[in-house]
Amino acid sequence: MPSNKSVSDAPITQFVNCRILKDHKLQWEDLWVREGKILNPEKLFFDEEGFADHKVDCEDKIIAPGFIDVQINGGYGIDFSQASSDIRGGVALVAKKILEHGVTSFCPTLVTSPSDIYHKFLIVSVLQKVVLLDLLAPVMLLCFSPQVIPELRVQDGGPEGAGVLGIHLEGPFISEEKRGAHPPKFLRTFKAGGLADLMEIYGHLDNVAMVTLAPELANSAAAIHELSGRGIAVSLGHSMADLSQAEEAVQHGAKFITHLFNAMLPFHHRDPGIVGLLTSDRVPPGRTVYYGMIADGIHTHPAALRIAHRAHPAGLVLVTDAVMAMGLPPGRHTLGQQQIDIQGLHAYLTGTTTLSGSIATMDMCVRHFREASGCTVEAALEAASLHPAQMLGISHRKGTLEYGTDADFVVLDDTLTVRETYIAGQKVWRK
Amino acid sequence: MRLVILDDYDLASEWAAKYIRNRIVQFKPTADRYFTLGLPTGSTPLGCYRKLIEYHKNGDLSFKYVKTFNMDEYVGLPRDHPESYHSYMWNNFFKHIDIEPQNTHILDGNASDLQAECAAFEQQITAAGGIELFVGGIGPDGHIAFNEPGSSLVSRTRVKTLAKDTIVANARFFGNDLSKVPTMTLTVGVGTVMDAREVMILITGAHKAFALYKAIEEGVNHMWTVSAFQQHPRTIFVCDEDATLELRVKTVKYFKGTISTKILSSNFFSTLIIIKNMLLEHQISIFE
Repeated sequence: MPSNKSVSDAPITQFVNCRILKDHKLQWEDLWVREGKILNPEKLFFDEEGFADHKVDCEDKIIAPGFIDVQINGGYGIDFSQASSDIRGGVALVAKKILEHGVTSFCPTLVTSPSDIYHKFLIVSVLQKVVLLDLLAPVMLLCFSPQVIPELRVQDGGPEGAGVLGIHLEGPFISEEKRGAHPPKFLRTFKAGGLADLMEIYGHLDNVAMVTLAPELANSAAAIHELSGRGIAVSLGHSMADLSQAEEAVQHGAKFITHLFNAMLPFHHRDPGIVGLLTSDRVPPGRTVYYGMIADGIHTHPAALRIAHRAHPAGLVLVTDAVMAMGLPPGRHTLGQQQIDIQGLHAYLTGTTTLSGSIATMDMCVRHFREASGCTVEAALEAASLHPAQMLGISHRKGTLEYGTDADFVVLDDTLTVRETYIAGQKVWRK
Repeated sequence: MRLVILDDYDLASEWAAKYIRNRIVQFKPTADRYFTLGLPTGSTPLGCYRKLIEYHKNGDLSFKYVKTFNMDEYVGLPRDHPESYHSYMWNNFFKHIDIEPQNTHILDGNASDLQAECAAFEQQITAAGGIELFVGGIGPDGHIAFNEPGSSLVSRTRVKTLAKDTIVANARFFGNDLSKVPTMTLTVGVGTVMDAREVMILITGAHKAFALYKAIEEGVNHMWTVSAFQQHPRTIFVCDEDATLELRVKTVKYFKGTISTKILSSNFFSTLIIIKNMLLEHQISIFE
């Protein structure tokens, strides 16, 4: 066969005998990958007269875009919010382990913490722009000691683990009454709400993807505006806001709700609260309000999950809100600045009945969501991939199997169990 | 000609696909001697393509040493538009089989010099050694490829403006919006298809019945360009029962092999009259 090297020398892999999630449907189509991106085979055929170098037989399995977890506090004994000396090693360990759950991209979440923790983890060195940063890091530290290498930063995924899309800062600008498991002494309010407040607490915002805040706090509008303007997704949560306060926040740029139903006022028929955003008629045209749901069967009653899904199916985003105990055996552990107890699939604040995050994995959430809501396989898969990507504004490269997007995908069987995980077209985990 | 009549669309598609398969297999194509196949688009051949894909997946048919030449393509439609004939061929055929991309030939409706593109296509056919088997369909107005009524019966590959009938017929693929249907195409000529060593025309459905009647029971006429194949040494028309609705019972029975032998055993004068009528009809057709 003559060579097919008219556009690129890189090898082309064709996944055959599979059903892929495309145009919101599972279709019997082959998936083509080159140089870490999904390739258009028709263009390859007619423009380049190209063909596949390798064929992978998927044996009738399902290929879905890799799952994206926008709220995960840690796992396998690692707590992202803890002041550990090797936070990057911790993130890397979790990133590697969650490949088993089909997660190819995630937002490590920091719960309400003291200001120095934020400064330590988020501080950015001016040297970040330099290539080979990791190799030169120890040298730079010696030469430029006042500048610290970023501990938590945006990073592509690969065989080492799922990609970091950015950090999710859950707090400290949240409501005291609805703080849930967050430590009360580190909660904050806005002085003026502008950049100054944010910088004073957080330090730097370069690697931040999302911020959860309570919009009823005074001067929150300026903060929401500032964060949205920087492309950071503002999420409403741990809040006592009523519906009109929530709608105003959406008008200023908020686009997500942190774990719907949990840590907010319950739905009331005369004041639906934040939950009312799902069917609000004051959402600016062309915008969608997305909402996170912990579909572990514990944080939300299946009937409530169904109500939310049926009211606003396009906005549902599955999140794990996994705590460090995820993946660990039952017993007592530390989350942020507090202690928790694991009993089966439940994780409680020690000595209370307050839930402190879930220990379900993303693939469990997908399966549970499908079962509890009776939705289609496609809807369940999109809630874990397309919707989070749309919420973060990255659906042009993640969360879908469209041509030209990153080849991050999972191979699943009909029970929606993850069998293989791929990042940039490379197999990074196999059952 | 040979008129092969099957009971329904699926059986007609299967017969046609088996014929193509057998021709390719018996030809035993190699790297030095490709089997050249002319191919159509539209809804009629879809069943045939599905069957060919099935034979390929069963291991009974390989397209490795087959070269294909499509009949036509719209002018000005982006190549990756879902209704372009490139997209049609990719989705309905090429992506499911082992044909090599450089062995497929489809006219480029976005070429900067359309005339040159048509001339080049003719040259590619010649260079490939001519077409072994050209498979085609028939339009409701009796056209072969886009050789609309009035096309020269010795025409070659060229640009053609579509007839109103064809635009209306195609509107269903463009959301029933006539303004979105392309008005010009590049098409092989009647003469181009006549040059093929063998021609097989697929005709199914009652809406094609009148065109079939005009094509085979009336004379050779440039208003019904498929009729040109009455003058081709090896043509097969494959159709379903519905497509024969406008034909004479006698024609259908003859080709189905069910003509009664009673005609020969009736008395001498009846036989003479019948023969005389047949001769008269035959004479009329020639001078039309």
